[in-house]
Amino acid sequence: MVDFSDIIDVLLLRNYNTRLVVICTILLGCACGLMGSFLLLRKRSLMGDTLSHATLPGVCLAFIIGVLLGGQGKSLPLLMLGATITGVLGCGTVLFIRNRSRIKDDAAMGIVLSVFFGAGVALLTIASKMPAGAAAGLESFIYGKTASMVLSDFWLLTVVTISVLITSVLFFKEFRLLCFDEAYAAAQGWPVKRLDILLLALVTAVTVAGLQAVGLILIIAFLITPAAAARFWTDQLGKMLLLSAIIGGLSGWFGASVSALVPDMPAGALIVLVAAGCFLFSMLFGVERGVIIRSYRQWSLKRSVGRQHLLRGLYEILEADKSGSAEIRIHGVPFRQIRGRRTWSDAQLRRCLKLAYKEGLIQLIERKDEIFLTDYGLSLAALATRNHRLWEMYLIEYADVATSRVDRDADAVEHVLGESMVAILESKLQRYGPIESNLVPVSPHPIRPGD
Amino acid sequence: MEWYNLDTWIVVVGMLAAIACALLGNFLVLRKMSMMGDAISHAVLPGLAIAFLITEARSSLTMFIGAAIVGVLTAVFTQWLSRFGKVDEGASMGIVFTTLFALGLLLIVQAADHVDLDASCVLYGAIELTPLDVAWQPSLFGSVLQVPRAALVLAAVCVVNLLFIVCFFKELRISSFDAELATTMGISANLMHYLLMTLVAVTTVAAFEAVGSIIVIAMLIVPAATAHLLTDRLSVMVLLSVVIAALTAVLGHLAALVLPGWLGFDPTTVETTSTSGMMAVMAGVLFAAVLFFSPSHGIVIKHFRKLDKSSVLEAEQM
Repeated sequence: MVDFSDIIDVLLLRNYNTRLVVICTILLGCACGLMGSFLLLRKRSLMGDTLSHATLPGVCLAFIIGVLLGGQGKSLPLLMLGATITGVLGCGTVLFIRNRSRIKDDAAMGIVLSVFFGAGVALLTIASKMPAGAAAGLESFIYGKTASMVLSDFWLLTVVTISVLITSVLFFKEFRLLCFDEAYAAAQGWPVKRLDILLLALVTAVTVAGLQAVGLILIIAFLITPAAAARFWTDQLGKMLLLSAIIGGLSGWFGASVSALVPDMPAGALIVLVAAGCFLFSMLFGVERGVIIRSYRQWSLKRSVGRQHLLRGLYEILEADKSGSAEIRIHGVPFRQIRGRRTWSDAQLRRCLKLAYKEGLIQLIERKDEIFLTDYGLSLAALATRNHRLWEMYLIEYADVATSRVDRDADAVEHVLGESMVAILESKLQRYGPIESNLVPVSPHPIRPGD
Repeated sequence: MEWYNLDTWIVVVGMLAAIACALLGNFLVLRKMSMMGDAISHAVLPGLAIAFLITEARSSLTMFIGAAIVGVLTAVFTQWLSRFGKVDEGASMGIVFTTLFALGLLLIVQAADHVDLDASCVLYGAIELTPLDVAWQPSLFGSVLQVPRAALVLAAVCVVNLLFIVCFFKELRISSFDAELATTMGISANLMHYLLMTLVAVTTVAAFEAVGSIIVIAMLIVPAATAHLLTDRLSVMVLLSVVIAALTAVLGHLAALVLPGWLGFDPTTVETTSTSGMMAVMAGVLFAAVLFFSPSHGIVIKHFRKLDKSSVLEAEQM
């Protein structure tokens, strides 16, 4: 079993053997998290996948050329140069296919991935049959060697991470525009294509530097998962970048530490799983777009819509019954009558009634199955009706909606009218007749009588 | 270059694998799900590992079933993430397959003490070795044919895929182009999606076990995309993609035989290179040719059309 002090040592980077690996994966996680956010927003998450496969032919070609020139072939800078060249070429090809033909992003990425990787496999087969070359382990360049990173890997990753960080800060505004509205950016005269290439060049740098350190699958996951997790927590790009980098770094730190402590646990796989855990947690509990918060929002919207429908229905019935007198007088409304006003089922209406009763909007007379508005309920009902009619009038005046259809159209939007919107409506409609601040205007269309 | 009986079988197996993939690929490309083959071929690792751990033997049938189940699950999880989590489709695919692959890796490493399962061997089957595994020896015109097992399996997959496409052509077409229209017409777009994904998973697993994942990934996308640049009719596109896939297999194997010689390698040491790799490359070459020179959607013809149009405009303005 693992000692507690060992755990602390590894987590706090005090253990010399594991320190380097853990720091390197943290750095890579941060850099990938940053770049991944841009890729995610540009719907190009699988670009990392394509890129990392596209490096294989470069690696093999560099090796073959190295051997043919009489060298050893397996010098790291040479291999990385090869990887970068075909990586960039792959990215360029994706952009070219996408921009110049009807082939979509996903197919363009798939074509480049498979064709480049196929070329890599063919070259690898040649390289492994070459007499002079010790090509064994060449493919480990793209499958990584997480546990055996050396100091040069650390420096490389540090340089790459810092340059990625600086560039994203410097070009924050440009990248943001590119991510959210490419067409607008182009219309504003930004060099969209060059920015796109810059972004992909950064991704290539991160991928190539990370590939030989941690391997293909981890890079792909690092470029997608932290960014996707961060997206659930915020709608602001700045915050998302920060969060995504933190999640990437944390997964790297935690995964690499556990892998160092427990035998038979490959670091790459563990890091991917930790990141996936973060993603799952964020997907459920994220405060901006998480599954739970979204279903809660949907539920409460449905509730308030139901309440407004009920109140307006009751109000319109009372209004029709007041017959000439100025004041609306509250009297009991039979269940069947309110049921006939909308297409709602008995169960739906009962649920609405129960909620409204709990909120003190109505009184229920069980025996006669009648519903009474309370004074508080009446004031809210008047407000709901007023908003509805203001919106109807607006639609008739400004949006040219036919009077006979306006009820439905108004229904679709009125529940999300805020106070400021109501104020705007009031001022807009002022010209077409006085609208008192607490009076309900007359309905612009005949109200369907309840049964 | 010498051509043996073996080479014929390699081409036949390659052709069958390519056609099986290309048939389904048309619909993946149209549905913007081209990367599904890549995702599934990585994600099946835990399925292989679990099947292996349960049966403690490298029986290909259980491993096939395990892999196919996980393949279908990949598609299901991807759909869930993008529907319930509102995650971009590509991103959800990436998350699902990397996670499953990592899980599989972990399982294999844990099991490595008492079993030997080489992930790369399973994932990168070798098409060159398929003719050695002979399953059926019918005699034809007096000579005995040595039909490899892979050819039989892939031919069966081809037939199933072909039947699927022929039987559900209308449903597939409508749900690929306009899922909402399909729903209003009473076709369940969801059902079509999952049927297609099941077949993609089965095809992927069957094909990569026999010939390697690179052929699968390439053939699911490239022939269909090439055909897409040549025609606007779906039925023609499917036919063209099959022809292109078959052509790719022949060209790929030929290239694998002659390429090392062309590159100046000594034929005694570097005799051939990987057929699957070269099949992918040849598919890419065909795609590039069509991308530029397609009579309807090629870059060259579009360029001339644009020139034409602008000169007409200029003339009118004059």
